[in-house]
Amino acid sequence: MQATSHATHHDPTHADSHHEELGFWRKYIFSTDHKVIGFQYLLTALVFLLIGFLLIGLMRWQLAYPGRAIPIGGALMEKMLGSDMVGKEAVTGKVGVIMPDLYNSFGAMHGTIMVFLAIVPLAFGAFGNFVTPLQIGAPDMAFPRLNMASYWAYFYGGVVMLVSFFVPGGAAKSGWTSYSPLASVADAQYAVNGQTLWIIGMVLLITSSLLGAVNFITTIIQLRAKGMTWMRMPFFVWAQFVTGFLLLLAFPPLEAAGIMQLMDNVLDTSFFLPTGMVVSGKVADISGGGSPLLWQHFFWFLGHPEVYVLILPAMGIVAEIISNNTRRPLWGYKTLVYSVLCIGFLSFIVWAHHMYLTGMGTKISTFFQTTTMMISIPSVFILTCFFISLWGGSIRFNTPMLFALAFLPMFGIGGLTGLPLGFNATDIYLHDTYYVIGHFHYVVAPGTIFGLLAGIYYWFPKATGRFMNEFLGKIHFVFSLIFMNAVFLPMFVQGMAGMSRRMYDGGATYSLQNTPEAIGALNALVIKHNISITHAAIGLGLAQIPFIINFFWSMFAGKRVTSDNPWEATTLEWSTPTPPPHGNFLKEPAAYRGPYEYSAPGAATDFTPQFQAEKP
Amino acid sequence: MDIPYTSKPRPDTGLYNAKVGIWLFLASEVMLFGALFSSYILLRIGADVWPQGLLNIPIGTFNTAVLITSSVTVVMAWASLKMNNFPKFKLYMGITILCALAFLGIKSIEYKDKFTHYQVWLKDGTTLTGHIAGNPYFWNHNTLDKKKLDHIEFTSDGKHDAKAGDKGQSHPGGHAPAVKIERKDITRLSAYVPAHSTYFAIYFTLTALHALHVIGGSLVLAFFWGPGSKMWKTDPERFTNRIEIGGLFWHFVDLVWIFLFPVLYLL
Amino acid sequence: MADSHDISKHVKTYIGIFIALLIGTVITVGLYYVHFNSIAVTIAVALVIATLKSFLVAGYFMHLMSEKKTIYWIMGVTIFFFLALVGLFVWSLYDIPKPRGL
Repeated sequence: MQATSHATHHDPTHADSHHEELGFWRKYIFSTDHKVIGFQYLLTALVFLLIGFLLIGLMRWQLAYPGRAIPIGGALMEKMLGSDMVGKEAVTGKVGVIMPDLYNSFGAMHGTIMVFLAIVPLAFGAFGNFVTPLQIGAPDMAFPRLNMASYWAYFYGGVVMLVSFFVPGGAAKSGWTSYSPLASVADAQYAVNGQTLWIIGMVLLITSSLLGAVNFITTIIQLRAKGMTWMRMPFFVWAQFVTGFLLLLAFPPLEAAGIMQLMDNVLDTSFFLPTGMVVSGKVADISGGGSPLLWQHFFWFLGHPEVYVLILPAMGIVAEIISNNTRRPLWGYKTLVYSVLCIGFLSFIVWAHHMYLTGMGTKISTFFQTTTMMISIPSVFILTCFFISLWGGSIRFNTPMLFALAFLPMFGIGGLTGLPLGFNATDIYLHDTYYVIGHFHYVVAPGTIFGLLAGIYYWFPKATGRFMNEFLGKIHFVFSLIFMNAVFLPMFVQGMAGMSRRMYDGGATYSLQNTPEAIGALNALVIKHNISITHAAIGLGLAQIPFIINFFWSMFAGKRVTSDNPWEATTLEWSTPTPPPHGNFLKEPAAYRGPYEYSAPGAATDFTPQFQAEKP
Repeated sequence: MDIPYTSKPRPDTGLYNAKVGIWLFLASEVMLFGALFSSYILLRIGADVWPQGLLNIPIGTFNTAVLITSSVTVVMAWASLKMNNFPKFKLYMGITILCALAFLGIKSIEYKDKFTHYQVWLKDGTTLTGHIAGNPYFWNHNTLDKKKLDHIEFTSDGKHDAKAGDKGQSHPGGHAPAVKIERKDITRLSAYVPAHSTYFAIYFTLTALHALHVIGGSLVLAFFWGPGSKMWKTDPERFTNRIEIGGLFWHFVDLVWIFLFPVLYLL
Repeated sequence: MADSHDISKHVKTYIGIFIALLIGTVITVGLYYVHFNSIAVTIAVALVIATLKSFLVAGYFMHLMSEKKTIYWIMGVTIFFFLALVGLFVWSLYDIPKPRGL
């Protein structure tokens, strides 16, 4: 079996004869090693996850207690962001009330930061980078320097996004979707405004993803070890492969559209601005002739594949963990592979289901409805395969498995609540309501994020040589699960009652100006949910504290692993020393069988690793 | 630590890494330019007026020939390396880069011509195209207000009193003498810049993005021609592959222009 | 690795393709002066010639004719999505509900 590892930090052992000792900067900051880059992505993205969470926390305060100043830090916020963004309470004069423009900025940036600066870098940049070369038996990515460039493009994109909060006018405030003409009209009085910086930041982020996608796909095609055929790859690698293609082909149209919107903002073009557009009562001084719908088409052409970019890596992680902790092979490996390929393919031709209310004709609307319904089928196949994989398993309920198990029903709720949104008829009612917010957060928050957290707990021992603390992990899990549902479940109720999203007052206007009998009025219970959701959100934030403590404490004082393969897993990454050195494998790796040979009949142990040669 | 298949092709795919990488990158570029082309289609279909004849066809044709030439010289440069002829490689690659510079030079002249060419819409509903005395760049009606000018000296293109809303054709022929147009009669003044109309907006976006790719490509090829060519002595196979990869990018840039030219200049 | 014999055959091909491309350009510009009855035909003529030229560049200069399956798959998938992008955008422009008279 495996030799006991030394599990020392910063082990200078190299897998090859090159004994170039790199200095601190080349080893940890400007590294071309996929594992270091993966870790950089992880840390940066987790910080952005926290920032995005803080933004929504502040917004939720405004929604629950409209017009009340935030309890701590109000004065500081006003100093940093200006008094037109942060106001005073009407009665007490306390500073720290979030003004509508700031609320909208927070809303737009929460979405942007969470999607592009947190989840994608975590799912693709961090996990993809760290695990993929290890799982296919490669010494690194195909283009290590390009990999480093991708990270720094992401980093600077993030810096630009954060800087945009502090320019005149504040950050972008036209939604993460940046619809024209609002995106060109808002803050138009400033030459360089938050919206312009948003576009520049997006260009950097798109560049980062494109370069990353080229790297991942080339690596998976070209650097698989001997015996690692396509159908012997772990499902995690298949998921990253399809994700790479989604990023490669879906991002460029948004980049083109971003350039065009930038020109609308800075060079006064009218790509997305219609003829005769009136702003503040005056006809705008533009050439006209453009189409706001054009922007929407381009945005959602990326936007839809983007959501699959968010979910597929998490599915990959969950697949690995479920198989490992049921001690059984994944059920339906071929189905999973073909389903994920189908999802990738179909995801390019469903985008206009985000645009049902733009006045599309019935034929094209039917086309998109049909493809949208079709794409739900492979998703259901994948989830079903995961569920069936649990049958007859000898389940180990460790922290990664708890998160992976919770992923299943949470993603199920998210996916099922998407169905009424995919049908044109029901979407007419639900579009732009809190129902949509509930739907997509269920898929990404207790969906993807649980998958990512599971991955952190699972691969932590390989990266550091120590386990994360199980007790803290279980506390983190239980309270996260409870509060995730407490935050997002009521949103379905609010949405079905007709509460619109992106409203600064949380729909209060609708309840004040209409009698309870009026159509469209929101009753007090629906509005009251804002308060319970906000409290749950605070709880969710607090529930992450055990995780943060656990993460850093365990790196230095966690229980040490006693083997290179502490979870007794079958995939190639568990055959390296712990942590893996530069070059990953001490001897040439090879795959001798499929990736999930658990409890094979007649075998001596309940798992037969891929990297174990046949007994002669 | 050695990454396999950087030069030697992988047996089952028959490819070396950089080749897969560049084709993937070109795939993303197809989507990028494809998105801009589809914008062109939508903007044109949705427009009331779409000018014709504002772009110089002989110049555009010449530029097309320049890029096609650079395409054949870059593949000849690669072929020369394959035939172990380094001096020939230097020659062909040098010509390629010169062609690129010629293309960019000609494009700049085209751009400059546009930036000094104006259209003015008058309060009586007519529109004139032509030049302003002194050939300033980038003026519009706001510039006139900022500079507190109450009139402009305008030399029309030889088409007088066209009604606003016509196809914007400019006819060859003599120019009318300079006329004085009062600021108070002007509803709109614009050079042929992106802000002028969606026609020019998409023209400049497409050609400028293409030109950026020409610049980027020529920088890479110039590096391979110059300091990068040292690798021929140490690792000729890898250097030849680099030229192949650079050439692939260059051909793509040529391909985009093969579509850009008829779509923008001829259709 | 230099197969001189192979490559010198290819050189002849490259020159031939170069001449074909120049001729194609001349034809395209020449046809500009011919008036076709319908817009569709005009566009089709321009795009067909451009596509043929692009096949020559891609096929011979970029060696796509002798490339491997992997590359065909990558570009094939890409072209499909590009056509889907253009096709669906244009369809969306034309499939608009007609307002019914009140």
